[in-house]
Amino acid sequence: MTAALLDVDGVRKHFPVGSGALLQRQTAWVKAVEGISFTIAAAETLGLIGESGCGKTTTAKLILLQERPTAGTIRFDGEDVATLKGPALLGYRRAVQVVFQDPFGSLSPRMRVGSIISEPLEIHTKLSRAAIHERVAQVLELVGLRPDVASLFPHEFSGGQRQRIAIARALVTDTRLIVLDEPVSALDVSIRAQIITQLEQLQKRLGVSYLFIGHDLATVAHISHRIAVMYLGQIVETAESSELCANPKHPYTQALLIAALPAHPDDKRERLGLKGEIPSALSPPSGCRFHPRCPRAMPRCAEEVPATRQVAPGHSVSCHLYEAMSFEHTVGGSP
Amino acid sequence: MRTPLLEIRGLKTYYFTFGGRRVVKAVEDVSITLSEGETLGLVGESGCGKTTTCLSIVGLLPPAARVVGGEIRLAGIDLAQKSAREMRRLRGSTIAMILQDPMASLNPLFSIYTQVAEPAYYHLGMRSRSLRRRVEELLRAVRIPSPAMRMRGYPHQMSGGMRQRIVGAIALAGGPKLIIADEPTTNLDVTIQAQYLDLLMDIQQETGVALIFVTHNLGIVAKMCNQMAVMYAGRIVEKGAVRDLFGAPRHPYTRALLGSMAKLGSKEPLYAIPGQPPDLAHPPPGCAFHPRCSDALPRCATQDPDDVPCGLNWTARCWLAA
Repeated sequence: MTAALLDVDGVRKHFPVGSGALLQRQTAWVKAVEGISFTIAAAETLGLIGESGCGKTTTAKLILLQERPTAGTIRFDGEDVATLKGPALLGYRRAVQVVFQDPFGSLSPRMRVGSIISEPLEIHTKLSRAAIHERVAQVLELVGLRPDVASLFPHEFSGGQRQRIAIARALVTDTRLIVLDEPVSALDVSIRAQIITQLEQLQKRLGVSYLFIGHDLATVAHISHRIAVMYLGQIVETAESSELCANPKHPYTQALLIAALPAHPDDKRERLGLKGEIPSALSPPSGCRFHPRCPRAMPRCAEEVPATRQVAPGHSVSCHLYEAMSFEHTVGGSP
Repeated sequence: MRTPLLEIRGLKTYYFTFGGRRVVKAVEDVSITLSEGETLGLVGESGCGKTTTCLSIVGLLPPAARVVGGEIRLAGIDLAQKSAREMRRLRGSTIAMILQDPMASLNPLFSIYTQVAEPAYYHLGMRSRSLRRRVEELLRAVRIPSPAMRMRGYPHQMSGGMRQRIVGAIALAGGPKLIIADEPTTNLDVTIQAQYLDLLMDIQQETGVALIFVTHNLGIVAKMCNQMAVMYAGRIVEKGAVRDLFGAPRHPYTRALLGSMAKLGSKEPLYAIPGQPPDLAHPPPGCAFHPRCSDALPRCATQDPDDVPCGLNWTARCWLAA
């Protein structure tokens, strides 16, 4: 395997919660992210899928250095990002960019498109005005907009076009990794397909990596090479996206597949066996965090935290159901 | 054939702005028929007139909008002729609506009991103990755990999925014949959405209520509906049985929408419809879809096609279908 561009290893993030009117006393911790590990290679897309409150966005913030992890390390190009300082830190911020869900909230209404896109260049480079202008025109063309839109304001664009502007802004600094936090959830179906196709083409041309965060399995599986499924702060299953769709192992992944909407009326699915709703991260269930909702829970699931095991090459799952199977694999030699 | 429950013929709803100098034809010549127990999926992109069509049915159009033509018959009654007072009597008892955002459709100051009881109080004349029993029944029907306790609670104490189910209970409270659900699951998580859709299907089977599902998600249509109507720029461009339209769509827009849908486990490239939906204040001449259509003919730019029958209860508004 090629060396990973981004290597997230055993990262935890706990937020303190206080009680009392002025949050004076810390009484509990929200364990938003509880020991997650994954890697992203160059020119690869990792899909991160999960429901609200599972820690997807916290994970994105940790990678973007908007939050510092409580424990664990994040390495970019082999270097621990927590130790970066000065020019090295600026270099990291230049290489890792983000596109948010809502293109109406993420673009300043008071800045022209050209200024929005060139702002990172003004901060990070010493390019001349003409060179900046040229670079802005270049990225606008990359995302399928005419270069002359640089003089317009965001309100003159539709949602899909605004999302293109946000992508252009993320690309302008010779970016190597873009964190895409639900970039198409706020868009209409036909526009969604435009943006997904555009992102796929950009990756082919520029070799940029994506962390694609979403909750719609069909869309995430379409754009991603590999997928990590998150539930309540933990990654429960990781696999190649075609393998995950064809052969889901974790009961939660299986439930997500059942819950995914059919592509054709004849494509009937069994009913969802899941009960209840996602528990609060303030007091997560003991043992396996999914056990209160799991249709296949066993008594031990409430007591023991399942270890992450490899069930096939590149396919790992954290569930007590696959212990015997994974044993054969470990004997077979894979680490 | 039995008379349909809902029959809309040639509905036109326009918005008049700038003192009537600017007219936006939001709904233009829309016809829909729906029988008891059927589910219609009304599909299209934002701004295509889906929601305006529904608001015309329930008589809740904003002041700038007016129904300027056509008729809407529900169980034989012409709704367009009804006064505001008469419409108020029909809303909640015969037609009910479920909106997208359950937080905005529930009043944070009233208990769940008060809000679920209101339609039964006014429309069915229920009082005291029978009313309490009815509310409990409704909450149980939408799978709210321990309804007797929950109905004393307030919206902020419920999760998003529960709130949306409570809105469902309010819609059912007056015993309606038709429920219009306007993107009811867009704010819900996938597993909660699947639970909610399963619940709506159960309720429909038990009560035989007809449903109109307004959505831009074709997956929901495939799962829930037997009829579908595809809207583009204020008109229905294709309508028919869901199976027919998914199997062999006749209108290029329907085909494009289906092609732009990500299918689970498939890596086939998505079809991206070029361009943007048109501005309804200045619609393109001819067929409104022709600037984005991959199969457009020269005549599409000048002449607007008519509905072309393609099969049983199946029409497409396209020159190519003729």
